[in-house]
Amino acid sequence: MSAVSKSADEIVYGLRREYLEKISAEGNRIDGRKFDETRQAVVNINFVPRAEGSAEVRLGDTRVLVGVKVEQGEPFQDTPNSGILTTNAEMLPMASPTFESGPPSEDAIELARVVDRGIRESKMIALDKLVIKEAEKVWVVFIDMHILDYDGNLIDACSLGAVAALLNAKVPASKIGAEDYPLPINHVPITITFAKIGSIMVADPNLEEEEVASARLSVATNENGDVVAMQKGLSGSITQQELFSAVDTSIKLGKDIRKRVLGR
Amino acid sequence: MIELGTQSDIKLINEEGLRNDGRKFNELRPIRIEVGVLNRADGSAYIEWGGNKVLVAVYGPREAFPKHTQNPSRAIINARYNMAAFSVDERKRPGPDRRAIEISKVISEALEVAVFTEQFPRTSIDVYIEVLQADAGTRIAGLTAASVALVDAGIPMKDMVVGCAAGKIDGKVVLDLNKEEDNFGQADLPMAIIPRTDEIVLLQMDGNFSREELEQAVELSKKAATYISNLQREALMAKYKSQESEKEGERSE
Repeated sequence: MSAVSKSADEIVYGLRREYLEKISAEGNRIDGRKFDETRQAVVNINFVPRAEGSAEVRLGDTRVLVGVKVEQGEPFQDTPNSGILTTNAEMLPMASPTFESGPPSEDAIELARVVDRGIRESKMIALDKLVIKEAEKVWVVFIDMHILDYDGNLIDACSLGAVAALLNAKVPASKIGAEDYPLPINHVPITITFAKIGSIMVADPNLEEEEVASARLSVATNENGDVVAMQKGLSGSITQQELFSAVDTSIKLGKDIRKRVLGR
Repeated sequence: MIELGTQSDIKLINEEGLRNDGRKFNELRPIRIEVGVLNRADGSAYIEWGGNKVLVAVYGPREAFPKHTQNPSRAIINARYNMAAFSVDERKRPGPDRRAIEISKVISEALEVAVFTEQFPRTSIDVYIEVLQADAGTRIAGLTAASVALVDAGIPMKDMVVGCAAGKIDGKVVLDLNKEEDNFGQADLPMAIIPRTDEIVLLQMDGNFSREELEQAVELSKKAATYISNLQREALMAKYKSQESEKEGERSE
Protein backbone atom coordinates (compact mmCIF):
# COMPACT_ATOMS: atom_id res chain seq x y z
CA MET A 1 0.00 0.00 0.00
CA SER A 2 1.42 3.39 -0.93
CA ALA A 3 1.97 6.05 1.70
CA VAL A 4 -0.55 8.32 -0.04
CA SER A 5 -3.48 5.93 0.05
CA LYS A 6 -2.73 5.10 3.66
CA SER A 7 -2.88 8.69 4.73
CA ALA A 8 -6.15 9.08 2.80
CA ASP A 9 -7.48 6.12 4.77
CA GLU A 10 -6.28 7.78 7.92
CA ILE A 11 -8.10 11.01 7.09
CA VAL A 12 -11.36 9.21 6.40
CA TYR A 13 -10.92 7.22 9.58
CA GLY A 14 -10.32 10.42 11.58
CA LEU A 15 -13.44 12.06 10.17
CA ARG A 16 -15.56 9.02 10.89
CA ARG A 17 -14.29 8.79 14.40
CA GLU A 18 -14.96 12.48 15.00
CA TYR A 19 -18.50 12.14 13.64
CA LEU A 20 -19.38 9.11 15.74
CA GLU A 21 -17.94 10.70 18.87
CA LYS A 22 -19.96 13.83 18.17
CA ILE A 23 -23.29 12.07 17.74
CA SER A 24 -22.71 9.82 20.75
CA ALA A 25 -21.98 12.88 22.90
CA GLU A 26 -25.40 14.12 21.74
CA GLY A 27 -27.00 10.87 22.87
CA ASN A 28 -27.32 9.17 19.49
CA ARG A 29 -26.01 6.13 17.67
CA ILE A 30 -25.36 5.80 13.97
CA ASP A 31 -28.15 3.26 13.51
CA GLY A 32 -30.61 4.95 15.87
CA ARG A 33 -30.25 2.51 18.77
CA LYS A 34 -30.07 3.47 22.44
CA PHE A 35 -26.66 3.08 24.11
CA ASP A 36 -27.79 -0.06 25.94
CA GLU A 37 -29.74 -1.55 23.05
CA THR A 38 -28.49 -4.60 21.17
CA ARG A 39 -29.28 -5.34 17.55
CA GLN A 40 -31.93 -7.91 16.82
CA ALA A 41 -30.56 -11.40 17.40
CA VAL A 42 -31.95 -14.26 15.37
CA VAL A 43 -30.92 -17.78 16.28
CA ASN A 44 -31.55 -20.63 13.91
CA ILE A 45 -30.77 -23.90 15.66
CA ASN A 46 -29.85 -27.21 14.09
CA PHE A 47 -28.71 -25.56 10.86
CA VAL A 48 -26.23 -28.39 10.33
CA PRO A 49 -27.96 -31.63 11.38
CA ARG A 50 -24.77 -33.60 10.70
CA ALA A 51 -23.18 -31.86 13.69
CA GLU A 52 -24.15 -32.91 17.24
CA GLY A 53 -25.32 -29.35 17.77
CA SER A 54 -25.37 -26.21 15.68
CA ALA A 55 -26.72 -22.70 15.51
CA GLU A 56 -26.66 -19.94 12.98
CA VAL A 57 -26.78 -16.51 14.54
CA ARG A 58 -27.55 -13.18 12.93
CA LEU A 59 -26.82 -10.23 15.12
CA GLY A 60 -27.85 -7.32 12.93
CA ASP A 61 -25.83 -7.92 9.76
CA THR A 62 -23.20 -10.01 11.49
CA ARG A 63 -23.65 -13.66 10.71
CA VAL A 64 -21.91 -16.63 12.27
CA LEU A 65 -22.39 -20.37 12.19
CA VAL A 66 -21.40 -22.48 15.16
CA GLY A 67 -21.09 -26.24 14.99
CA VAL A 68 -20.58 -28.55 17.94
CA LYS A 69 -19.03 -31.95 17.46
CA VAL A 70 -18.89 -34.44 20.33
CA GLU A 71 -16.34 -37.22 19.96
CA GLN A 72 -14.55 -39.75 22.12
CA GLY A 73 -11.08 -38.96 23.29
CA GLU A 74 -8.55 -39.34 26.07
CA PRO A 75 -8.92 -37.10 29.12
CA PHE A 76 -6.12 -34.76 30.18
CA GLN A 77 -3.85 -36.45 32.71
CA ASP A 78 -4.59 -33.93 35.44
CA THR A 79 -8.39 -34.18 34.98
CA PRO A 80 -9.15 -37.92 34.57
CA ASN A 81 -12.76 -37.33 35.70
CA SER A 82 -13.69 -34.62 33.27
CA GLY A 83 -14.73 -34.29 29.66
CA ILE A 84 -12.92 -31.81 27.44
CA LEU A 85 -14.09 -28.54 25.91
CA THR A 86 -12.26 -26.89 23.04
CA THR A 87 -13.19 -23.75 21.15
CA ASN A 88 -11.96 -22.49 17.81
CA ALA A 89 -12.86 -19.51 15.61
CA GLU A 90 -12.42 -19.28 11.86
CA MET A 91 -12.47 -15.71 10.60
CA LEU A 92 -13.19 -16.75 7.02
CA PRO A 93 -11.91 -14.48 4.24
CA MET A 94 -15.45 -14.55 2.80
CA ALA A 95 -16.69 -12.54 5.80
CA SER A 96 -14.71 -9.35 5.28
CA PRO A 97 -12.15 -7.82 2.91
CA THR A 98 -9.88 -7.42 5.94
CA PHE A 99 -9.80 -11.11 6.88
CA GLU A 100 -7.01 -13.19 5.41
CA SER A 101 -6.72 -16.92 5.01
CA GLY A 102 -3.99 -18.78 6.83
CA PRO A 103 -3.30 -19.67 10.44
CA PRO A 104 -5.55 -18.03 13.06
CA SER A 105 -4.79 -14.37 13.65
CA GLU A 106 -4.33 -12.82 17.07
CA ASP A 107 -7.91 -11.56 16.81
CA ALA A 108 -9.29 -15.02 16.03
CA ILE A 109 -7.39 -16.51 18.97
CA GLU A 110 -8.65 -13.83 21.35
CA LEU A 111 -12.21 -14.29 20.05
CA ALA A 112 -12.13 -18.05 20.60
CA ARG A 113 -10.58 -17.71 24.03
CA VAL A 114 -13.08 -15.10 25.22
CA VAL A 115 -16.04 -17.20 24.05
CA ASP A 116 -14.47 -20.28 25.62
CA ARG A 117 -13.94 -18.47 28.93
CA GLY A 118 -17.61 -17.48 29.19
CA ILE A 119 -18.73 -21.07 28.66
CA ARG A 120 -16.02 -22.74 30.71
CA GLU A 121 -16.04 -20.38 33.69
CA SER A 122 -19.82 -20.32 33.98
CA LYS A 123 -19.58 -24.13 34.18
CA MET A 124 -22.26 -24.24 31.53
CA ILE A 125 -21.47 -27.81 30.53
CA ALA A 126 -21.31 -30.47 33.26
CA LEU A 127 -17.95 -31.81 32.09
CA ASP A 128 -17.88 -34.28 35.00
CA LYS A 129 -20.83 -36.07 33.39
CA LEU A 130 -18.93 -36.65 30.16
CA VAL A 131 -16.69 -39.44 31.41
CA ILE A 132 -16.97 -42.77 29.60
CA LYS A 133 -14.20 -44.58 31.50
CA GLU A 134 -12.21 -42.76 34.15
CA ALA A 135 -8.71 -41.73 33.04
CA GLU A 136 -9.24 -43.53 29.74
CA LYS A 137 -12.11 -42.27 27.69
CA VAL A 138 -14.20 -39.11 27.84
CA TRP A 139 -16.40 -37.08 25.52
CA VAL A 140 -14.64 -34.16 23.87
CA VAL A 141 -16.85 -31.20 22.95
CA PHE A 142 -15.50 -29.25 19.98
CA ILE A 143 -17.01 -25.82 19.37
CA ASP A 144 -16.13 -24.49 15.93
CA MET A 145 -17.28 -21.00 15.05
CA HIS A 146 -17.37 -19.86 11.45
CA ILE A 147 -17.59 -16.14 10.80
CA LEU A 148 -19.61 -15.73 7.60
CA ASP A 149 -20.40 -12.03 7.47
CA TYR A 150 -18.69 -9.41 9.59
CA ASP A 151 -20.57 -6.36 10.76
CA GLY A 152 -19.04 -6.01 14.22
CA ASN A 153 -19.25 -7.66 17.63
CA LEU A 154 -18.15 -11.18 16.83
CA ILE A 155 -17.70 -11.97 20.53
CA ASP A 156 -21.42 -11.70 21.32
CA ALA A 157 -22.58 -13.32 18.09
CA CYS A 158 -20.23 -16.27 18.58
CA SER A 159 -20.97 -16.60 22.30
CA LEU A 160 -24.70 -16.67 21.62
CA GLY A 161 -24.22 -19.14 18.77
CA ALA A 162 -22.02 -21.41 20.88
CA VAL A 163 -24.46 -21.37 23.81
CA ALA A 164 -27.45 -22.03 21.52
CA ALA A 165 -25.63 -24.86 19.77
CA LEU A 166 -24.58 -26.45 23.08
CA LEU A 167 -28.11 -26.20 24.50
CA ASN A 168 -29.33 -28.28 21.59
CA ALA A 169 -26.39 -30.63 21.31
CA LYS A 170 -26.55 -34.39 21.82
CA VAL A 171 -23.92 -36.74 23.16
CA PRO A 172 -23.76 -39.52 20.52
CA ALA A 173 -23.69 -42.33 23.07
CA SER A 174 -25.30 -44.69 20.53
CA LYS A 175 -21.82 -44.99 19.05
CA ILE A 176 -20.75 -46.88 22.18
CA GLY A 177 -23.88 -48.95 22.53
CA ALA A 178 -25.91 -46.64 24.77
CA GLU A 179 -28.61 -44.12 23.97
CA ASP A 180 -27.92 -40.59 22.74
CA TYR A 181 -28.58 -38.02 25.43
CA PRO A 182 -28.66 -34.23 25.58
CA LEU A 183 -25.42 -32.53 26.53
CA PRO A 184 -25.66 -32.00 30.33
CA ILE A 185 -26.13 -28.28 31.04
CA ASN A 186 -25.72 -26.42 34.37
CA HIS A 187 -25.91 -22.74 33.45
CA VAL A 188 -26.63 -20.43 30.54
CA PRO A 189 -24.05 -17.65 30.23
CA ILE A 190 -24.68 -14.59 28.07
CA THR A 191 -21.90 -12.27 26.94
CA ILE A 192 -22.47 -8.59 26.26
CA THR A 193 -19.77 -6.48 24.63
CA PHE A 194 -19.41 -2.71 24.77
CA ALA A 195 -17.40 -0.30 22.67
CA LYS A 196 -16.15 2.98 24.07
CA ILE A 197 -16.77 5.83 21.66
CA GLY A 198 -15.48 9.11 23.01
CA SER A 199 -16.62 8.78 26.60
CA ILE A 200 -19.71 6.69 25.87
CA MET A 201 -20.02 2.92 26.23
CA VAL A 202 -22.38 1.43 23.65
CA ALA A 203 -23.67 -2.13 23.81
CA ASP A 204 -23.34 -4.52 20.86
CA PRO A 205 -21.27 -2.24 18.58
CA ASN A 206 -21.71 -2.59 14.84
CA LEU A 207 -18.69 -2.51 12.55
CA GLU A 208 -18.64 1.27 12.14
CA GLU A 209 -18.73 1.73 15.90
CA GLU A 210 -16.17 -0.99 16.52
CA GLU A 211 -13.73 0.59 14.08
CA VAL A 212 -13.64 3.92 15.90
CA ALA A 213 -13.80 2.54 19.44
CA SER A 214 -10.92 3.27 21.81
CA ALA A 215 -11.69 0.37 24.14
CA ARG A 216 -13.85 -2.71 24.22
CA LEU A 217 -15.27 -4.56 27.21
CA SER A 218 -16.99 -7.95 27.25
CA VAL A 219 -18.87 -9.16 30.31
CA ALA A 220 -20.33 -12.67 30.63
CA THR A 221 -22.99 -13.22 33.27
CA ASN A 222 -25.04 -16.22 34.37
CA GLU A 223 -28.74 -16.48 35.23
CA ASN A 224 -28.01 -15.58 38.88
CA GLY A 225 -26.58 -12.24 37.83
CA ASP A 226 -23.02 -13.28 38.71
CA VAL A 227 -20.14 -12.19 36.51
CA VAL A 228 -18.30 -15.25 35.18
CA ALA A 229 -15.81 -13.80 32.69
CA MET A 230 -14.58 -10.46 31.42
CA GLN A 231 -12.17 -9.16 28.84
CA LYS A 232 -11.05 -5.64 28.08
CA GLY A 233 -9.71 -5.14 24.58
CA LEU A 234 -8.18 -2.49 22.30
CA SER A 235 -5.56 0.07 23.21
CA GLY A 236 -7.70 2.45 25.21
CA SER A 237 -8.80 2.58 28.82
CA ILE A 238 -12.02 2.47 30.82
CA THR A 239 -12.91 3.98 34.17
CA GLN A 240 -14.21 2.14 37.20
CA GLN A 241 -17.65 3.72 36.73
CA GLU A 242 -17.75 2.60 33.10
CA LEU A 243 -16.83 -0.91 34.19
CA PHE A 244 -19.62 -1.20 36.72
CA SER A 245 -22.27 0.42 34.58
CA ALA A 246 -21.32 -2.06 31.85
CA VAL A 247 -21.61 -4.91 34.36
CA ASP A 248 -25.09 -3.74 35.36
CA THR A 249 -26.20 -3.41 31.74
CA SER A 250 -24.81 -6.88 30.95
CA ILE A 251 -26.79 -8.46 33.77
CA LYS A 252 -29.95 -6.73 32.52
CA LEU A 253 -29.45 -7.50 28.82
CA GLY A 254 -28.30 -11.03 29.63
CA LYS A 255 -31.57 -11.80 31.40
CA ASP A 256 -33.52 -10.40 28.48
CA ILE A 257 -31.62 -12.33 25.78
CA ARG A 258 -31.65 -15.55 27.79
CA LYS A 259 -35.43 -15.37 27.95
CA ARG A 260 -36.39 -13.75 24.66
CA VAL A 261 -33.85 -15.35 22.30
CA LEU A 262 -33.04 -18.67 23.99
CA GLY A 263 -36.36 -19.23 25.77
CA ARG A 264 -34.57 -19.88 29.08
CA MET B 1 -21.41 -21.98 47.74
CA ILE B 2 -18.33 -23.62 46.33
CA GLU B 3 -18.79 -25.33 43.02
CA LEU B 4 -15.55 -27.11 42.46
CA GLY B 5 -16.61 -30.71 42.97
CA THR B 6 -13.88 -32.76 44.59
CA GLN B 7 -11.60 -29.78 45.02
CA SER B 8 -13.91 -27.89 47.40
CA ASP B 9 -12.52 -29.80 50.38
CA ILE B 10 -9.17 -28.07 50.03
CA LYS B 11 -9.09 -25.32 52.66
CA LEU B 12 -7.31 -22.17 51.53
CA ILE B 13 -8.13 -19.96 54.53
CA ASN B 14 -7.56 -21.23 58.10
CA GLU B 15 -9.56 -20.54 61.30
CA GLU B 16 -7.53 -17.41 62.02
CA GLY B 17 -8.42 -16.03 58.60
CA LEU B 18 -4.91 -16.52 57.22
CA ARG B 19 -4.09 -17.97 53.81
CA ASN B 20 -1.93 -21.02 53.07
CA ASP B 21 1.19 -18.85 52.87
CA GLY B 22 0.31 -16.93 56.03
CA ARG B 23 -0.99 -13.79 54.31
CA LYS B 24 -4.05 -11.77 55.26
CA PHE B 25 -6.84 -11.30 52.69
CA ASN B 26 -5.49 -7.91 51.59
CA GLU B 27 -1.80 -8.73 51.64
CA LEU B 28 0.48 -8.91 48.62
CA ARG B 29 3.24 -11.43 48.18
CA PRO B 30 6.76 -9.93 48.49
CA ILE B 31 7.69 -7.95 45.38
CA ARG B 32 11.19 -6.95 44.33
CA ILE B 33 11.99 -4.98 41.19
CA GLU B 34 15.40 -4.37 39.66
CA VAL B 35 16.17 -2.03 36.78
CA GLY B 36 18.80 -2.19 34.03
CA VAL B 37 19.65 -5.87 34.42
CA LEU B 38 20.59 -6.57 30.79
CA ASN B 39 23.44 -5.05 28.77
CA ARG B 40 22.32 -5.13 25.14
CA ALA B 41 18.68 -4.13 25.57
CA ASP B 42 17.69 -0.45 25.43
CA GLY B 43 15.86 -0.93 28.69
CA SER B 44 15.32 -3.84 31.04
CA ALA B 45 13.87 -4.89 34.36
CA TYR B 46 13.59 -7.96 36.53
CA ILE B 47 10.76 -8.66 38.91
CA GLU B 48 10.25 -11.22 41.63
CA TRP B 49 6.67 -11.38 42.78
CA GLY B 50 6.10 -14.22 45.21
CA GLY B 51 7.48 -17.21 43.33
CA ASN B 52 7.26 -15.46 39.96
CA LYS B 53 10.55 -14.53 38.34
CA VAL B 54 10.14 -12.44 35.21
CA LEU B 55 12.72 -10.72 33.03
CA VAL B 56 11.79 -7.92 30.61
CA ALA B 57 13.80 -6.34 27.81
CA VAL B 58 12.77 -3.33 25.70
CA TYR B 59 14.15 -2.57 22.25
CA GLY B 60 13.22 0.58 20.38
CA PRO B 61 11.73 2.74 19.19
CA ARG B 62 13.19 1.18 16.03
CA GLU B 63 11.97 0.88 12.45
CA ALA B 64 8.95 -1.41 12.47
CA PHE B 65 9.43 -4.61 10.52
CA PRO B 66 7.84 -6.06 8.39
CA LYS B 67 7.14 -2.75 6.72
CA HIS B 68 3.39 -3.20 6.40
CA THR B 69 3.10 -3.16 10.19
CA GLN B 70 4.32 0.43 10.26
CA ASN B 71 1.83 3.05 11.32
CA PRO B 72 2.52 6.46 9.74
CA SER B 73 1.15 8.33 12.73
CA ARG B 74 2.51 6.43 15.71
CA ALA B 75 4.67 3.66 17.11
CA ILE B 76 3.31 0.17 17.54
CA ILE B 77 3.91 -1.63 20.82
CA ASN B 78 4.88 -5.18 20.30
CA ALA B 79 4.89 -7.12 23.56
CA ARG B 80 5.83 -10.78 23.50
CA TYR B 81 4.99 -12.79 26.59
CA ASN B 82 6.84 -16.07 26.72
CA MET B 83 7.03 -18.80 29.32
CA ALA B 84 10.22 -20.77 29.67
CA ALA B 85 9.75 -24.53 29.25
CA PHE B 86 11.05 -25.08 32.80
CA SER B 87 8.98 -22.32 34.43
CA VAL B 88 6.08 -24.60 35.36
CA ASP B 89 5.65 -27.99 37.06
CA GLU B 90 5.15 -29.89 33.84
CA ARG B 91 7.44 -28.84 31.03
CA LYS B 92 5.74 -26.40 28.70
CA ARG B 93 6.38 -26.91 25.02
CA PRO B 94 8.51 -23.96 23.89
CA GLY B 95 7.05 -21.31 21.62
CA PRO B 96 3.89 -19.25 21.72
CA ASP B 97 0.64 -21.09 22.46
CA ARG B 98 -2.82 -19.55 22.22
CA ARG B 99 -2.72 -18.36 25.81
CA ALA B 100 0.60 -16.57 25.27
CA ILE B 101 -0.69 -14.93 22.10
CA GLU B 102 -3.73 -13.57 23.91
CA ILE B 103 -1.67 -12.34 26.88
CA SER B 104 0.83 -10.66 24.56
CA LYS B 105 -2.06 -8.88 22.88
CA VAL B 106 -3.69 -7.53 26.04
CA ILE B 107 -0.30 -6.46 27.48
CA SER B 108 0.56 -4.59 24.25
CA GLU B 109 -2.80 -2.85 24.34
CA ALA B 110 -2.38 -1.87 27.99
CA LEU B 111 1.08 -0.37 27.43
CA GLU B 112 -0.13 1.49 24.36
CA VAL B 113 -2.43 3.60 26.55
CA ALA B 114 0.52 4.83 28.61
CA VAL B 115 3.24 5.37 25.97
CA PHE B 116 3.22 8.56 23.89
CA THR B 117 3.30 6.49 20.71
CA GLU B 118 2.53 9.48 18.45
CA GLN B 119 6.08 10.73 19.05
CA PHE B 120 7.59 7.82 17.12
CA PRO B 121 5.74 7.23 13.84
CA ARG B 122 6.61 4.13 11.76
CA THR B 123 8.52 2.51 14.60
CA SER B 124 7.97 -0.42 16.86
CA ILE B 125 8.74 -0.64 20.53
CA ASP B 126 9.42 -4.29 21.29
CA VAL B 127 8.85 -5.56 24.79
CA TYR B 128 10.13 -9.08 25.49
CA ILE B 129 8.70 -10.63 28.63
CA GLU B 130 10.28 -13.90 29.72
CA VAL B 131 8.67 -15.81 32.53
CA LEU B 132 11.52 -17.78 34.10
CA GLN B 133 9.46 -19.18 36.94
CA ALA B 134 5.67 -19.04 37.17
CA ASP B 135 3.63 -18.82 40.37
CA ALA B 136 0.25 -17.33 39.32
CA GLY B 137 -0.05 -13.71 38.25
CA THR B 138 2.69 -13.82 35.63
CA ARG B 139 0.95 -11.47 33.18
CA ILE B 140 0.59 -8.66 35.70
CA ALA B 141 4.09 -9.20 37.09
CA GLY B 142 5.38 -9.02 33.51
CA LEU B 143 3.35 -5.91 32.74
CA THR B 144 4.50 -4.19 35.93
CA ALA B 145 8.13 -4.90 35.07
CA ALA B 146 7.59 -3.95 31.42
CA SER B 147 6.56 -0.42 32.44
CA VAL B 148 9.78 -0.04 34.41
CA ALA B 149 11.84 -1.37 31.51
CA LEU B 150 10.18 1.15 29.17
CA VAL B 151 11.23 3.98 31.48
CA ASP B 152 14.71 2.49 31.60
CA ALA B 153 14.75 2.65 27.80
CA GLY B 154 13.90 6.36 28.02
CA ILE B 155 10.51 6.03 26.36
CA PRO B 156 8.09 8.86 27.24
CA MET B 157 4.91 7.75 29.02
CA LYS B 158 2.10 9.44 30.88
CA ASP B 159 2.74 7.14 33.84
CA MET B 160 3.89 3.62 34.55
CA VAL B 161 1.24 0.92 34.18
CA VAL B 162 0.76 -1.11 37.34
CA GLY B 163 -0.61 -4.63 37.32
CA CYS B 164 -2.35 -6.36 40.18
CA ALA B 165 -4.80 -9.21 40.67
CA ALA B 166 -7.53 -10.11 43.10
CA GLY B 167 -9.54 -13.28 43.31
CA LYS B 168 -11.84 -15.43 45.37
CA ILE B 169 -10.85 -18.37 47.57
CA ASP B 170 -13.09 -20.26 49.99
CA GLY B 171 -15.81 -17.79 49.03
CA LYS B 172 -13.75 -14.76 50.15
CA VAL B 173 -12.35 -11.96 48.02
CA VAL B 174 -8.57 -11.76 48.45
CA LEU B 175 -5.65 -9.92 46.90
CA ASP B 176 -2.96 -11.47 44.71
CA LEU B 177 -3.60 -15.22 44.37
CA ASN B 178 -0.67 -17.61 44.59
CA LYS B 179 -0.51 -20.78 42.50
CA GLU B 180 -2.47 -23.04 44.83
CA GLU B 181 -5.11 -20.36 45.37
CA ASP B 182 -5.36 -19.84 41.63
CA ASN B 183 -5.75 -23.57 40.99
CA PHE B 184 -8.39 -24.18 43.65
CA GLY B 185 -10.00 -20.74 43.95
CA GLN B 186 -13.30 -19.60 42.48
CA ALA B 187 -12.33 -16.46 40.60
CA ASP B 188 -9.37 -14.47 39.32
CA LEU B 189 -9.32 -10.85 38.15
CA PRO B 190 -6.05 -9.65 36.66
CA MET B 191 -6.13 -5.90 36.20
CA ALA B 192 -3.79 -3.04 35.32
CA ILE B 193 -4.25 0.65 35.91
CA ILE B 194 -2.52 3.93 35.26
CA PRO B 195 -2.39 5.40 38.78
CA ARG B 196 -2.06 9.03 37.67
CA THR B 197 -5.28 9.01 35.62
CA ASP B 198 -7.05 6.15 37.38
CA GLU B 199 -7.69 4.44 34.03
CA ILE B 200 -8.17 0.68 33.75
CA VAL B 201 -5.99 -0.51 30.87
CA LEU B 202 -6.07 -4.27 31.32
CA LEU B 203 -8.95 -6.27 32.68
CA GLN B 204 -9.69 -9.94 32.43
CA MET B 205 -11.71 -12.17 34.65
CA ASP B 206 -12.69 -15.77 35.02
CA GLY B 207 -14.62 -17.64 37.66
CA ASN B 208 -17.61 -16.39 39.57
CA PHE B 209 -18.07 -13.00 41.23
CA SER B 210 -21.27 -11.41 42.43
CA ARG B 211 -21.59 -7.69 41.65
CA GLU B 212 -20.51 -6.84 45.25
CA GLU B 213 -17.55 -9.22 45.22
CA LEU B 214 -16.38 -7.74 41.94
CA GLU B 215 -16.44 -4.29 43.52
CA GLN B 216 -14.40 -5.52 46.51
CA ALA B 217 -11.89 -7.15 44.18
CA VAL B 218 -11.41 -4.00 42.09
CA GLU B 219 -10.98 -1.90 45.27
CA LEU B 220 -8.37 -4.30 46.72
CA SER B 221 -6.33 -4.23 43.52
CA LYS B 222 -6.53 -0.46 43.19
CA LYS B 223 -5.22 0.06 46.71
CA ALA B 224 -2.39 -2.38 46.11
CA ALA B 225 -1.54 -0.64 42.83
CA THR B 226 -0.57 2.54 44.68
CA TYR B 227 1.91 0.53 46.74
CA ILE B 228 3.32 -1.30 43.71
CA SER B 229 3.62 1.98 41.83
CA ASN B 230 5.94 3.21 44.59
CA LEU B 231 8.04 0.06 44.29
CA GLN B 232 8.46 0.79 40.57
CA ARG B 233 9.65 4.31 41.34
CA GLU B 234 12.01 3.17 44.08
CA ALA B 235 13.53 0.57 41.74
CA LEU B 236 14.26 3.26 39.15
CA MET B 237 15.69 5.63 41.76
CA ALA B 238 17.89 2.84 43.09
CA LYS B 239 19.45 2.38 39.66
CA TYR B 240 20.36 6.04 39.29
CA LYS B 241 21.60 6.28 42.88
CA SER B 242 23.92 3.33 42.33
CA GLN B 243 25.22 4.91 39.10
CA GLU B 244 25.82 8.12 41.01
CA SER B 245 27.86 6.38 43.72
CA GLU B 246 29.86 4.48 41.08
CA LYS B 247 30.83 7.77 39.49
CA GLU B 248 31.86 9.17 42.84
CA GLY B 249 33.92 6.06 43.43
CA GLU B 250 35.73 6.64 40.12
CA ARG B 251 36.45 10.26 41.04
CA SER B 252 38.01 9.40 44.36
CA GLU B 253 40.33 6.82 42.81
